[in-house]
Amino acid sequence: MSPKIVPLGTLSRGQRGTIYDFIEESDTCARLEEMGVTPGEPVEIVRFAPLGDPIEIRIRGYLLILRKEEANLIKVSI
Amino acid sequence: MSENLAVKPTSSIKTIALAGNPNSGKTTLFNAFTKLRQKVGNYPGVTVEKKSGSLALAKDRVVNVLDLPGTYSLAVRSPDEKIARDVLLGRALDTPKPDMVICVVDANNLERNLYLVSQIQDLGLPLVIALNMMDEVRRDGKEIDVQLLSKEFGVPVVPMVASQNKGIEEIKQVIAQGVEANYRRKWLMAPDLEKQLEQIVRLLKHHEGFGEHEAFSEAVAILSVGRTIKKSADSADRFYKEELINQINLIQEDLKKQGLRVRSAAVEARYEWIKSVIHKVIIDHNKQRSDLTDKIDAVLTNKFLGLLIFVGLMGLIFYMIFTIATYPMDWIDAAFGTMSDFVMQTMPEGDLRDLVANGIIAGVGGVVIFLPQILILFFFIGLLQDTGYMARAAFIMDRVMSKVGLHGKSFIPLLSSFACAIPGIMAARTIESNKDRLVTILIAPLMSCSARLPVYMIMIAVLIPGASSLEKAGIMLAMYLLGITGAGVMAWVFKSTLLKRQKPIFIMELPPYRFPSLKAILLHMWERSRLFLKRAGTVILAMSVLLWALMTYPKHDTANANDALKQSYAGRIGAFLEPAIKPLGYDWRIGVGLVGSFAAREVFVSTMSIVFNLDEDEDTAVLRDAFRQAKWPDGRPLFTPLVCISIMIFFVFALQCMSTIAVVWRETGGWQWPLFQLSYMTALAYAAAFAVFHIGRMLGFQ
Repeated sequence: MSPKIVPLGTLSRGQRGTIYDFIEESDTCARLEEMGVTPGEPVEIVRFAPLGDPIEIRIRGYLLILRKEEANLIKVSI
Repeated sequence: MSENLAVKPTSSIKTIALAGNPNSGKTTLFNAFTKLRQKVGNYPGVTVEKKSGSLALAKDRVVNVLDLPGTYSLAVRSPDEKIARDVLLGRALDTPKPDMVICVVDANNLERNLYLVSQIQDLGLPLVIALNMMDEVRRDGKEIDVQLLSKEFGVPVVPMVASQNKGIEEIKQVIAQGVEANYRRKWLMAPDLEKQLEQIVRLLKHHEGFGEHEAFSEAVAILSVGRTIKKSADSADRFYKEELINQINLIQEDLKKQGLRVRSAAVEARYEWIKSVIHKVIIDHNKQRSDLTDKIDAVLTNKFLGLLIFVGLMGLIFYMIFTIATYPMDWIDAAFGTMSDFVMQTMPEGDLRDLVANGIIAGVGGVVIFLPQILILFFFIGLLQDTGYMARAAFIMDRVMSKVGLHGKSFIPLLSSFACAIPGIMAARTIESNKDRLVTILIAPLMSCSARLPVYMIMIAVLIPGASSLEKAGIMLAMYLLGITGAGVMAWVFKSTLLKRQKPIFIMELPPYRFPSLKAILLHMWERSRLFLKRAGTVILAMSVLLWALMTYPKHDTANANDALKQSYAGRIGAFLEPAIKPLGYDWRIGVGLVGSFAAREVFVSTMSIVFNLDEDEDTAVLRDAFRQAKWPDGRPLFTPLVCISIMIFFVFALQCMSTIAVVWRETGGWQWPLFQLSYMTALAYAAAFAVFHIGRMLGFQ
């Protein structure tokens, strides 16, 4: 079965995937890349904030929080 | 350390810069280096905090230490990154180019931290890696091959635990000996990109006269920014030569045609190389570790418990600020009272005595009295920041703040502003985006601060004599909510007009929980309170003298202080203002109180005491009764219920605080924003008080 490509923001808690690509070339995406969110890296949804947004993810061994809106700029393969 | 590092003559190092990611322990190392010999200010022209101090290497050898803002990158996407890059390239005004860079690295988070190290290496400065928090690595059952890491990066690596002063002496030795930059780039992009990169480096050297390192670093930045770059990252915002831009854009065009991922190529190549290094240097003995941070977060950011704990914690902080702080506040009040009495008794009667006692001592005392609240607040802010909870607070509150276009990081500054807007505005420094920070600063004084309390108290007492605690609390809460609502509306207005940004972004690291260091917190409190006393104190002092003069001169020979005041400049201003404030239901006497309150809100109460010819030390009951008996010349009562409410609402929205204006001036680096803030808040206060007074009257209220 070939891997599915979905936006990071649609994953559920505890789900893992691999960063695949970004949907656009923007400053936000560049910043995310510089913080280690680069294609090929494994990523995990750690939890959601009590009010549902933002999302906490684990990448390169540390915790990063970002809003769903930003998470959806990131395509992951699962 | 690797042997191939040539020793430089020791005298050559004058300035070292500390760089590193946020949360890497950079500030801890800076404090360990400089003890209390540090200066805090702003970089010229921008509002990024500039910290410098001196490090004693030996008895007669002192070097200057610059603490660069904590950044994840040098890509110049935020003011912090721009400053870090400018300083390292020697482009920052008023700041010497460092001879050496100490890059502080969190050993628990090597991969991302080394990314910045790699970027700094491009700049060609002598570099030392301070491998911090090694105790946590060991506790985690991991080991780092320090020698190998040093060999791979070609720079000395000093393992340390800055918070316990471990490794400080070792790194001082390395600094004293000096290191040479012998950097060889080990990461490579696709061959086509490398060729074009070389081309851009050549162009930069030719057209701009850049040196090898500067040209390379700039070329990488140009590639990763895409073709939008028009000007260089120079601190003077110097434009590149047009010819250069055209040629660069041709190259970018060409790369695009080939379908190469240009923007991220360097980032990915760097991370790939770092990953290969990490695989070699980290030895993991314990694959089955239990993650303490994760366990704590399971509770503290839990859907129900998390919210509950958060609200409880904020409530506790508030409670402390408003109850515990009252004791030292009373002492300070008493101390200034004693000082004033002493002056009254010892100095000969006259203007000078009056100036010292009623102008200077009373005025400065009125500001210093808030010190306990500021100390308590900064104690908690320091504690929350040090433990890592602050980031969780932003995580929890982001959803709420996003409704008005702000993000989670604005929460703490706004919360702080309930005690006093000054520390709140200072706390806004943690917000990276300049626009978000500005909006936060602009709305912070709308949070009802503790200086408004005496005003609310007296007005409630006039409104409902003998009000029950419940009634008082109810009215008070209404005023707080009104301020919060106003802040929300104004934030939304600013974010959708004046300070519009295409997309508000919120990306933040969630640091692991750490045990707080009391020393660091105390230092933080000391730093903040010193700034508060120094900056706000000087302005308040000047304003107190001015206000005193306005209320004293010109002299009028009368035994009646009320008549004297009426004749004074302040009284004349009040009379002059009367036509403007009559629509709000105020007469000239309230006008004088308002004039006074623009120095500081609580001055309203003491000014009104003078206006109504009362001894300043009388308690509120006397003032309350005086207010209740006050009448217009035609015999109508002055303080009708509607006027009382109108005054309270005016105070909710108005920026009546010289210290706040001074701090905003300092934090935004100019007069433009404080004056704008003063205007919009005064207009808002006037409009709201006017609306309440007239709508109330139309509805048949008095």
